[in-house]
Amino acid sequence: MAAAGSLTSSSIPATPRNVLALRLAVAVFVLCVWEGLSRSGLFYGEVVPSLLAIFVSMGKLLIDPIFWRNLQVTMVETVASLAIGAGFGITVGIVLGANRFLMRAFEPVVYYLSPTPRIILFPVMIMWFGVGPGSKIALGALSAFFAIALSTAAGMRQIDPILIRVGRSFRANIWQMAFKIYLPAMRVPILNGIRLGMGTAIITVLLGETKLSNQGLGYMIMQIYTRFDMPGLYALLILVFVIAGGVNALIGHFACD
Amino acid sequence: MAEAFLRRHTPELFGLATLLVCVLGFEALIRGGVVNRYIIPPPSDILLAFERVIVEENILARCRDTAFEMLVAGGASVLVGVPIGVLLYRSALWRRAMEDWIGALAAAPIVLAFPLFLVLFGRSPKTIIVMGFVHGLAPIILKTVEGLASTRPVLINVGRSLKMTQSQMFWKILLPSAMPIIFTGIRLSWTFVLITIVGIEYLINLGGVGQLINELAERYDLPGTYAGICFVILVSVLFFLALERVESWLQPGR
Repeated sequence: MAAAGSLTSSSIPATPRNVLALRLAVAVFVLCVWEGLSRSGLFYGEVVPSLLAIFVSMGKLLIDPIFWRNLQVTMVETVASLAIGAGFGITVGIVLGANRFLMRAFEPVVYYLSPTPRIILFPVMIMWFGVGPGSKIALGALSAFFAIALSTAAGMRQIDPILIRVGRSFRANIWQMAFKIYLPAMRVPILNGIRLGMGTAIITVLLGETKLSNQGLGYMIMQIYTRFDMPGLYALLILVFVIAGGVNALIGHFACD
Repeated sequence: MAEAFLRRHTPELFGLATLLVCVLGFEALIRGGVVNRYIIPPPSDILLAFERVIVEENILARCRDTAFEMLVAGGASVLVGVPIGVLLYRSALWRRAMEDWIGALAAAPIVLAFPLFLVLFGRSPKTIIVMGFVHGLAPIILKTVEGLASTRPVLINVGRSLKMTQSQMFWKILLPSAMPIIFTGIRLSWTFVLITIVGIEYLINLGGVGQLINELAERYDLPGTYAGICFVILVSVLFFLALERVESWLQPGR
């Protein structure tokens, strides 16, 4: 029977062991369906390659120095774009969060521009910063900026006023207020903003590389696609998803601590 | 009355005035030769290019193409996502097992897999729609589960005391109660769908407004490119404003 105030069925209890078993069962089922489709002949062999072919490609990628060189380029571009985006985002967020007048004047602009498709600004970034890493870093920084600025501004408004009064009663100057009161009190919203900004920065940098570049993982994806090496494409996409998810989880872990 | 309006909206007017001063400043810097007009065209040229982009480049028809893709992908996300969310809500085991995976799907850079979708579905609007659909699915599933799970227990108990059937409970209590949160999911999902669709149009040079910006940039039509970008930003801002209005209409208490 369902519990009072809830309509969820409870024929099998959601214990951690059952959850793990179900996850494993789903994963095995998906892999079996994939392998079945691959061997069925319903698709061209290249479109749905066998799992073995994908794993072999992944192994080859992982021992290929070109993969690591391209990964390094993408990581450098992403970290640079995040550093620039976070620098501007946190500054703007603190200013908007601390001043009600400026918040009303400019926050709607930041808020409504934040969900627009940023990749369309890539032609502009190419004109401003060239076809090299500069345009990808600028686009990534722009993507990260909005999430970080909005999250910081919201965090700034949630600071306990008592902390601010304590700082003022100690006659803390503006820098002491920023580094001793505001930033420690906003650690979680800032880290959450950085996590969101990191996600959008990675995607934007990679998309920029797929569009116009001669290095980076995005460029590598396009190279593999041009060669129609489907197992390689699946393998590289899986690796990119794992790297993006891992970085996201790592920052999320710091935000939760 | 005008004075009261000015006093009430001073910050917003200050923001607009700042924006205007920036635009005029750029105009002066570009015309004065301080900023290269072959990198940033004068704002007045961009303004004039709007007419050309609308009339000659047929941007409204391209907007219609993008809107069609958006509607199909967004509609499919709702039609598939809400039932999946309901099924997950019904089973605590499935919900606990799958919620994290669906969350990971929402955060995954799916848009990067466009070469894969190009192979699977060809260089056609089908690819754009399927990618938009996949990217928009996760937020709706997650918010549907959240909305149904946050139904106040007292409402469910009232339904039980009235001896409602499972179907009546769903249509008369659970769904109306979860609707505001489900709509938040739809807003998030459609935001993802719009970003994905315009992005893919631009990347593979196919379809509506994304393709137009790519074409204008490849022709090195700078005022046209900037005007196209401004147009897309304007349309997406209006789209989000409209979604927000509907959302706040559904949640009058918030």
